[in-house]
Amino acid sequence: MSGRDTPGADVEPGAAPVEGPGSGNPGRRSGELNAVELVRWGWRQLTSMRTALVLLLLVALAAIPGSVVPQQAVDAFEVSQWQDRHPKLTPVYEALGLFSVYDSPWFAAIYLLLMVSLVGCILPRIKVYAKAVRARPPRAPRNLTRLPDHAAYRDPGSAEEIGKRYAAALRKRRYRVVDTDVDPDGDVVVAAERGYLREAGNLVFHLSVLVVLAGFAMGSLLGFQGGVIVLKGGGFSNNLTQYDDLNPGSLWSADDLQPFAFTVDDFTIDWYRSGQAFGQARGFASEITYVEDATDPDAEQKSYELKVNHPLSIGGTDVFLIGHGYAPVITVRDPDGEVVYSGPTIFLPTDLTFASFGVVKVPDGLEQQVGLQGQFYPTYGFDMETGPYSVFGEAQNPFLSMVVFTGDLGMDDGTPQSVYALDMDGLTPVEGTGGAQFRMDLAPGESADLPDGLGTVSFDGIQQWNRVQISETPGKLVALGGVVAALLGLLGSLFIRPRRVWVRVKDDGDGALVTVGVLDRSTGAGGGEEALEGILEDVRAPDGAAGDERARPAQEEDRP
Amino acid sequence: MSNEAWETLSNQAVGFCGILYFLALVAHLWQWASLRKVPVATASRVAVGAGAGRSPRRTADAWTEAEVADAAGEDTRRRVAMGERLGIMLTVLAAGAHFVALLGRGLAAEPARVPWGNMYEFTLSGSFFVTLTYLVLLKKFRLGWLGPIVTGFVVTVLMVDVIWLYQPVAPLTEALNSYWLVIHVVSAVIATAAFTLGGFTSILFLLKERAERKAKAAVPAGDVDPVDGAEAPVVRGYLARVPDLVGLDRLTYRLHAFAFPVWTFAVLITGPIWAHEAWSRYWNWDPKEVWAFITWVVYAAYLHARATAGFKGRNAAILALIGLATLWFNFIGINFFSTSSMHSYA
Ligand code: HEM
Repeated sequence: MSGRDTPGADVEPGAAPVEGPGSGNPGRRSGELNAVELVRWGWRQLTSMRTALVLLLLVALAAIPGSVVPQQAVDAFEVSQWQDRHPKLTPVYEALGLFSVYDSPWFAAIYLLLMVSLVGCILPRIKVYAKAVRARPPRAPRNLTRLPDHAAYRDPGSAEEIGKRYAAALRKRRYRVVDTDVDPDGDVVVAAERGYLREAGNLVFHLSVLVVLAGFAMGSLLGFQGGVIVLKGGGFSNNLTQYDDLNPGSLWSADDLQPFAFTVDDFTIDWYRSGQAFGQARGFASEITYVEDATDPDAEQKSYELKVNHPLSIGGTDVFLIGHGYAPVITVRDPDGEVVYSGPTIFLPTDLTFASFGVVKVPDGLEQQVGLQGQFYPTYGFDMETGPYSVFGEAQNPFLSMVVFTGDLGMDDGTPQSVYALDMDGLTPVEGTGGAQFRMDLAPGESADLPDGLGTVSFDGIQQWNRVQISETPGKLVALGGVVAALLGLLGSLFIRPRRVWVRVKDDGDGALVTVGVLDRSTGAGGGEEALEGILEDVRAPDGAAGDERARPAQEEDRP
Repeated sequence: MSNEAWETLSNQAVGFCGILYFLALVAHLWQWASLRKVPVATASRVAVGAGAGRSPRRTADAWTEAEVADAAGEDTRRRVAMGERLGIMLTVLAAGAHFVALLGRGLAAEPARVPWGNMYEFTLSGSFFVTLTYLVLLKKFRLGWLGPIVTGFVVTVLMVDVIWLYQPVAPLTEALNSYWLVIHVVSAVIATAAFTLGGFTSILFLLKERAERKAKAAVPAGDVDPVDGAEAPVVRGYLARVPDLVGLDRLTYRLHAFAFPVWTFAVLITGPIWAHEAWSRYWNWDPKEVWAFITWVVYAAYLHARATAGFKGRNAAILALIGLATLWFNFIGINFFSTSSMHSYA
């Protein structure tokens, strides 16, 4: 801190001392340490600025792996793909917690240590600060010209009057305490101080870091996040069974779910039909109707336009629209015409034109288990080079193209499997004419026979679906409030310039020798010389009489 | 004007401002080449021995006209002064053209939007803010000596941008279409610009510190300088004319003290608010966020280092540069390595 390397100044209130507790320089520590001393010494080390710095750098370092290795909480699918590609590394990474760095014990250890250090650092500083606020400015050092910014000049006026002028000027410049005193040598001494709020800002900033962390912890322990795909015209009621995926915090319980329900009444997409972004969506929105409490038969029905960047909040739960796509309505019949599979089948978009990929699984009802897998093109196009593709995201000329597999779908052994992909282990592709894989190409309303007289498949129509994300993030306002407070504290801490000014007026019969010293105690941001110049200017201004002898701020050569 | 016309205007303005920046660079180099004949003023000598703790005036100007005229004659004085003025004037003009380029980009999109929808545009905006920040602070902090570095840097960045990152104008994707984009990105880009300038001054600090150490080692304390009989060894060339170490350190701190809260606002306030609206989670730990956080923590460490005895000066400057490395990596590296946008710079 600037106070420490300036001769003649005492240590800044609340600053980490140079020696002894909190300094990181445990002065003498020879001989045997007994247990208490050892603990004290350890605590001092932990709460030193140096340790804080090292821990901060460690946090930064520890955060890196999480940006390189895919994270379970961010993209579970990518994690499993990565694990398939690196069978050797996976157990090692797993043991190190590298797939969930930010929940791992070692990451927690670092930031908890940092927080302990922070508390240990902040509490004593608050105490010191509370005292310093009430204290008078410290006595003037004997030799003001040893301060980094100082001026000395002769003034024909009387010492007392000069002192008064300075006191007035300093008050006007909003120095908080201005003391005028006559010291034992008979010199008039003015001492002033300003910028107390800097340290307050610093304390607020550091305390707010704790608040943010508390808010963040609330969110990850008590919150949850889930996703569900809802067909246009379909509905959702908020209970566990309805979610496609759910990612709850460790202290969250399903009883906390708010009993709301909603239906997706309408869904519209605003397509760019020309220009630079032809075929992209300008936006999309769902008209939904919801009730806050579905258990209450009299609950009021409300409607909302749900779109990206405009979530719906119900109680503490937020509902987001994050994606959409097509679900071809597919029916599979056995040779007798009995329906064995029917319904809108969700296909996942693979590109901006909404060419989509999906599967149909028919485990029962046919002679063999049958899996269909294929592409859906909302606006079909064909090109000799690239093959079939989708021209446009809107369903203007929809087309479904699927290949057929038979064998074992792998659905009976109880292991969970994706509804969006076939488990190929037990399946064999069905060949068509000429050795190529058998493929069924269908436009809406068309149907085709499965090979070997297995049955028929018809493409009956298209529905749209919405992907809705539902989450509860308790503590988000705590975290936000914390960051805002931190920012305000930070501004105070960085831009309030704590400053001490001393003026010594020595009356030597023939006028007075005035020395002014400024100690700028901000972290070396400078600015002391401007302050000095300003004060000298102010003192000169009121009566302008004292003429030209009023000196400029001292350069090296005009030291007395 | 049609969209195509705006886009063409923007492209032409980029080329034009690149040329202007280059000319500004040449003017500055000419200025500094002319200054080489002028001996370094006493103020920028290395302080050695006792009493070195206090430095003379910290913001010593790189040169004064009188000094130059005395040492090398009226002709050189005119050349030096003209080089600087010309350089700054050209930089101002270049910044104007740069602004037109951004404006054209924004108006070329249908509907019109802020000009930072992709890497090309981010880089275009980022480099503009570097120039703007430099020009705004030029008078206040007497930054004339940064001229060659800033213009050289911006020219290089623009070249990279146009050659490798160019993308035709396109509307914003849905998630980007929010006023938070404006607030979030403006603040992030401004902070980036100030951190970048702070990085320049940190590099200069380190170079100058090394040069002074070498000079000191070459002339044992107490010996007389063989060149002009003065007691202190001399650092020569460009480095001698940038502010002294205390001044550089201070300037670095001020730039960071400005940039850090702005970065905090961008990354830890507006970023999470927007992420919450668009993606349903205010903090996702996705790579971009992770690196923004790392940058924040490293700069917090820089501010700590400056307040910790033993870490001041050199170590703090190194930390500032590490911070800058993480920042640029996030700005450029992550976009390249971790998204599917391989086609985005075709
Ligand atoms: C999450 C951890 C922390 C963060 C993000 C953080 C951040 C910051 C920042 C940005 C500053 C600069 C503000 C200024 O210059 O006044 C600062 C100053 C300071 N911090 Fe921390 N800090 C952390 C932990 C700690 C700890 C553990 C300690 C104590 C050991 C500490 C002690 C200080 C002190 C004494 C200052 C004031 C330095 C001065 O006088 O300028 N900080 N901190």
